[in-house]
Amino acid sequence: MALLEVDNLQTHFRSRDGINRAVDGVSFHVEARETVAIVGESGCGKSVTAMSILRLIPEPPGKIAGAIRFNGRDLLKCSDREMRDIRGNEISMIFQEPMTSLNPVLTVGRQIGETLRLHQGLSAQAAENRAVDMLNLVGIPEARRRVREYPHQLSGGMRQRVMIAIALACNPKLLIADEPTTALDVTIQAQILDLMRDLKRTVGAAIVIITHDLGVVAEVAERVIVMYAGRKVEEAEVGRLFRNPRHPYTQGLLGSMPKLGSSLTGVETRLQEIPGVVPSLKRKLEGCVFASRCAHATDLCTKVAPALEEKAPGHIAACHYALKDALAA
Amino acid sequence: MFAYVVRRVLATIPVMAVVALFVFSLLYIAPGDPAAVIAGDQATPEDVERIRASLGLDRPYLVRFGAWVFDILRGDLGVSIFTNLPVSLMIKQRLEPTLSLMVVTLILAVSIAVPMGVIAAARVGTFVDKFVMAFAVLGFSVPVFVVGYLLAYVFALELEWLPVQGYTPFSEGFFPWIENLILPAVALGSVYIALIARITRASMLEVLQQDYIRTARAKGAGQRSILFLHALKNAAVPIVTVIGIGIALLIGGAVVTESVFAIPGLGRLTVDAILRRDYPVIQGVVLLFSFTYVLVNLLIDILYTLFDPRIRY
Repeated sequence: MALLEVDNLQTHFRSRDGINRAVDGVSFHVEARETVAIVGESGCGKSVTAMSILRLIPEPPGKIAGAIRFNGRDLLKCSDREMRDIRGNEISMIFQEPMTSLNPVLTVGRQIGETLRLHQGLSAQAAENRAVDMLNLVGIPEARRRVREYPHQLSGGMRQRVMIAIALACNPKLLIADEPTTALDVTIQAQILDLMRDLKRTVGAAIVIITHDLGVVAEVAERVIVMYAGRKVEEAEVGRLFRNPRHPYTQGLLGSMPKLGSSLTGVETRLQEIPGVVPSLKRKLEGCVFASRCAHATDLCTKVAPALEEKAPGHIAACHYALKDALAA
Repeated sequence: MFAYVVRRVLATIPVMAVVALFVFSLLYIAPGDPAAVIAGDQATPEDVERIRASLGLDRPYLVRFGAWVFDILRGDLGVSIFTNLPVSLMIKQRLEPTLSLMVVTLILAVSIAVPMGVIAAARVGTFVDKFVMAFAVLGFSVPVFVVGYLLAYVFALELEWLPVQGYTPFSEGFFPWIENLILPAVALGSVYIALIARITRASMLEVLQQDYIRTARAKGAGQRSILFLHALKNAAVPIVTVIGIGIALLIGGAVVTESVFAIPGLGRLTVDAILRRDYPVIQGVVLLFSFTYVLVNLLIDILYTLFDPRIRY
């Protein structure tokens, strides 16, 4: 049994001008200790998927349907009380904005300690001591002094380390990281990714990392899920996906990634962009969700939605033509 | 921090000086002549002139102001024209009822209004929220004397739960004391409650949108801890500010409330002094009110640092 099984997840938001199908029938699984990346451009439903797992979507206007089985237990059937026991304890989350994700009026130590006091019933003193250990673990110097400080006294990178300390304080089995490095500058990004990789080994947590940065994906992920317009369009082991992307959208994503030093080799390669924008999710889409932007789209694509099919062992894609080598080249 | 407090206390001196000048001048330019009032209708112009001289009102403006300030600094607020008692004594006699009324109103208002605003924000758009907002509009728009008479009619005359009016000193026991203060405090507090509840709701709504609230949820914190620890502490600065500004509202309202409920406090003293053109008393009371207001707002500036560590002085 997989650690996390998401089955036909549908997260819809009711708004004045119709229903926004932010996530529309996504299924995937995460094994224990595995790192899975969810990629896609802005507005494709990555973050909503992540928030749905912890049920952090405000309901209403949101509505989550399908099944999210964690250790075999359907989180969507859990009471609020049971969800609170899971959040920050068995499943924890890191967010994109380290500058705003910490409470500005509480000390760092208190914020790390809060999780421990909530889930492990530690006393204030014991929680603070553990907070110091956690700060040491995430590589913040002078942890004794830092626990008494407030977020505004820390840099962005340090704050993200604190967020990681909070997330890992209770040794969760699953860590969801929603664009954990996007707001940081490049050298700090590398440090944070290294830290996450190290800690994953020590804590033994599985990671779901959400990102639009394929560099990050290549760095940390073992398996990749590509999302587009609220659906999963491709899934494969990371090496296979980079070598042999099956879905035209994935190919587009890879094509729009700059290659280091490419301008110096003399080969003038223009970055390939994907024309158009993500379609509105307010109305039910006919046919393939990517058809309107796909260079290879045919009549079939605009009429019939392609099913997710296993194109190669462990490699799933939703495209009528994905099998053809001409496309995959 | 200590240096800041000292600096702020020193900074109140020029403020108080301006207030003093203003209070003094206001009465100087106000119409009506206390000498004429004291002399009565039958007095000759010579009588009036004699009384004026005895009061020192014939001296030049600046000389009178200087003498007045000098006396105040020695703790002497002068002598009432009407009763011949020292103003400081008259204030002292009337201080307890007013102070009691203000403190009870403040505690009552804050302990009702803040939870009301928090709950309204947590349940934004629902029936609870609309009810709180409707209550706030009502509290804001109905004047103190209407609320006061209404409350007195229902709870004192009809239901006979509480005394209609009057005041019992604290020295005669807590219950007799508080019994007499509940209705006036509710009447005086209604505007104040409305004001604080609205600000609390608005400030909380903004804070609840913040990323760190989502972080708190993701940690597994309960609703109560999210609202009252994570959110309220962040929302506190505007709330505390409006509580401070509202003290002025309370001072103004106390004058009316004390009349409605026949409380022998400073408000009544002020009204009586104005009617009699008892200049020293008016000056003393207004000066005291201004001083209280400045002090409360100084206290609030210091309180900010308790709620928000980013504020450093």
